[in-house]
Amino acid sequence: MKKVSDSLKINVEVMDQEDVIVVRQEIRQLMRGLGFSLMDQTRVVTAVSELARNIIVHAGQGRVEAYQVIDQHRIGISCIFTDEGPGIHDVQKALEPGFSTANSMGIGLGGAKNLCNEFDIESALGKGTKVTITEWLK
Amino acid sequence: MNNVTILKIGETIIVPIQIDLHDAAAKSLQEDILKRIEKYGSKGLIIDVSAVEIIDSFLGRVLVETSKMAKLMGADTVIAGMRKEVVLTLLHLGLAMGDLKTALNIEEGLVLLSRQQGRNNEKSIR
Ligand SMILES: Nc1ncnc2c1ncn2[C@@H]1O[C@H](COP(=O)(O)OP(=O)(O)O)[C@@H](O)[C@H]1O
Ligand SMILES: [Mg+2]
Repeated sequence: MKKVSDSLKINVEVMDQEDVIVVRQEIRQLMRGLGFSLMDQTRVVTAVSELARNIIVHAGQGRVEAYQVIDQHRIGISCIFTDEGPGIHDVQKALEPGFSTANSMGIGLGGAKNLCNEFDIESALGKGTKVTITEWLK
Repeated sequence: MNNVTILKIGETIIVPIQIDLHDAAAKSLQEDILKRIEKYGSKGLIIDVSAVEIIDSFLGRVLVETSKMAKLMGADTVIAGMRKEVVLTLLHLGLAMGDLKTALNIEEGLVLLSRQQGRNNEKSIR
């Protein structure tokens, strides 16, 4: 049971590469404030960088939000990446290492999944993509 | 354009990355480095990443590519000072840094390079 605390902490429209840097820095700051270790910050912010870049490269623009989350005995952070781009034809394939429609590394999506405690993706062709990652404070 | 200083010490150039690089800035730094190697005929390149907080798939690929191209131009590359958190994250990400040489710091990087150059010279004598 996961509850999103009432206050939205980060809400950034991403339109270009500089916004990706802004998102990375803001989420790192939020995690530091919540007491996440440097290791956790580095893992999650790397995932954030991959997912925010995917918005720019594959969808043109979108939005990144981050919340503090709580359940019965722990707190964490959730980051949500949404866009109204072309969507992903085959999500399972897109998660495989090396799969890329942009002739790049093809490890961003699967890597982001590996780097965080929880990873959820919804995508609809012609409608867009929404990726949610969650990391719990240990 | 990027704001990274490129230092020249003898036949080696040293590039301390002190700022958060977005993708275009990383590519333009790569170009600047290669131009500098060409201009000076450098034999060694040390990229100091001790201030770099994250290396994702894009920056990782730029580092690997830069080192390959530098090699073609006659310079050996050492990546110095990679934080342990970054190293572990690259493993999780599944980014193979190939045969990129790494060193704990710039000083150790210089030692590695001079050894490598010794070996290179031996080969060319034989
Ligand atoms: N937000 C997105 N919108 C549309 N397609 C996406 C999005 N994110 C990822 N994809 C698709 O998934 C593939 C794999 O993504 P990723 O692993 O990050 O590799 P890369 O970005 O290097 O291509 C992309 O090539 C693209 O086809
Ligand atoms: Mg990607």
